[in-house]
Amino acid sequence: MPTVKFIEFNGTEHNVEANNGESIMVAATSNLIPGIDADCGGECSCATCHVLIDAEWRAKLEPSTDTEESMLDLNPDRTEDSRLSCQIIVSDAIEGIKINLPEFQY
Amino acid sequence: MSEAVQLERNPYATPLEEFDVSDAKLFLENTHWGYFERLRKEDPVHYCKDSMFGPYWSITKFNDIMEIEKNHEVFSSEGGITLADRPSDFNTVNFISLDPPRHDIQRKAVTGVVAPMNLAKLEPIIRARAAQILDQLPIGEVFNWVEEVSIELTTQMLAILFDFPFEDRRKLTYWSDMATSGELNGGPTPEADRRAALLECLEVFTGLWNERVHRDPAEAIDLITMMAHNPHTQDMDPMEYLGNLILLIVGGNDTTRNSISGGVYFMHQFPEEFEKVKNDRSLIPAMVPEIIRYQTPLAYMRRRATQDYEIRGKTIKEGDKVAMWYVSANRDEEVIDHPDQFIIDRKRPRHHMSFGFGIHRCMGNRLAEMQLRIIWEEILKRFDHIEVTGEPERIQSSFVKGYATLNTIIHAK
Ligand code: HEM
Ligand code: FES
Repeated sequence: MPTVKFIEFNGTEHNVEANNGESIMVAATSNLIPGIDADCGGECSCATCHVLIDAEWRAKLEPSTDTEESMLDLNPDRTEDSRLSCQIIVSDAIEGIKINLPEFQY
Repeated sequence: MSEAVQLERNPYATPLEEFDVSDAKLFLENTHWGYFERLRKEDPVHYCKDSMFGPYWSITKFNDIMEIEKNHEVFSSEGGITLADRPSDFNTVNFISLDPPRHDIQRKAVTGVVAPMNLAKLEPIIRARAAQILDQLPIGEVFNWVEEVSIELTTQMLAILFDFPFEDRRKLTYWSDMATSGELNGGPTPEADRRAALLECLEVFTGLWNERVHRDPAEAIDLITMMAHNPHTQDMDPMEYLGNLILLIVGGNDTTRNSISGGVYFMHQFPEEFEKVKNDRSLIPAMVPEIIRYQTPLAYMRRRATQDYEIRGKTIKEGDKVAMWYVSANRDEEVIDHPDQFIIDRKRPRHHMSFGFGIHRCMGNRLAEMQLRIIWEEILKRFDHIEVTGEPERIQSSFVKGYATLNTIIHAK
């Protein structure tokens, strides 16, 4: 059960025990972390599970797919750190990962 | 409805191969439900070989539509998003009917107007307008809610978004109605009248454009100034400008209007749900997406296959038209519990199809939700309940799902 650290836009931190194999989005919503809407339920087709992950942690992740990129592209606030949390799978390799939540979802 | 019509409209007495769910009459009569129910059960990917729009496929299950929405390379939006083919000599292009990369560029150019920061600025303005409209309504008397509230509020909101001359705002409603009621789409408006109205729209907006070119884009929050200053949109040709105007006018008008009316109707049909929100207004944010699901203001979006594609054992051929029936997906019992019930405190209320999914997912969804939230907050502050007197009169369209009249009586607190 790797730990995932969610940091709300206002700085509030939440440490969550996540299950291997589930997505970061599911880890957030099942622990009632505010700031992720996930309207499509993890289908990579709504972009309302947008999160920001700094370069150091991003390097440990599978790169984003074309589908994820095209959805991220709809968001005018996207940055280099942007990812869709439903596309990131929890594993021991990312124990302790820091996930920053954006101010708003679109 | 006459008995003859009821007999004629028995979905279980009609052979599946004769189904044509694009027939606007089914929506006018509100008799489409049984047809979609049968399609979902017996033939979820259905081919209609002949209709006023020619042959087309119907996709009726939630997860099948999701599959198609995500696959925008195979299922193209070019050429239009209604089943009707656009006349080539009056081609109003806009990004809802473009594929990447042009879609992405144009969408990004205007998306800022509905960015959360901008919505926060718009909220108090929209609230003040809503309050003013509600305060003028008669108490204890029958009136048409569609005309007095739904149209008025959405029109005022559009006028704010475009910074359109306030006293002429009903022109926006008129153009929106003309754009969507055309005969080519199965509606009552002759094509020549539709074109004339839209050209008038273009003329007025070209005047506004020429004025907004001189505005400071850093100060303005209106859509025309944004388009006139964005390098990706400032050189649009007139038909493209018109196309984008229609997209924003129609997108933000009919849909929200019919959700406002629909909400009033549903509260009347499901009084126990209304009691819930009356006693606990914190339910409003969850109630709003449920109203939008239950209404499904746009019944479908169309795509065209760019190559052969297998789904549920059938082959959609390159070039075929495909209608993704949101109105059916929103009642798909495999994805939504008790889909025929209006339930305002669902666990995942936003998990509905009314805004579509994928790269064309509605750009104005948060704005639409905000408007509905505001109007319900203001209604509950003022009135005891709104009685609906008689069945609403519906619109003749298989695309825009809505109401022409909804007669109501307001009961004071
Ligand atoms: C309840 C109200 C509304 C409903 C049900 C609705 C529904 C939809 C649907 C079904 C789509 C196409 C999705 C797809 O193809 O996957 C769409 C796209 C769009 N909507 Fe809305 N809409 C609503 C309100 C608004 C508002 C208020 C605006 C105003 C800004 C708006 C602007 C747009 C635009 C610009 C697009 C095109 C997006 C694209 O192609 O990338 N909509 N809407
Ligand atoms: S939950 Fe919809 S894109 Fe991630």
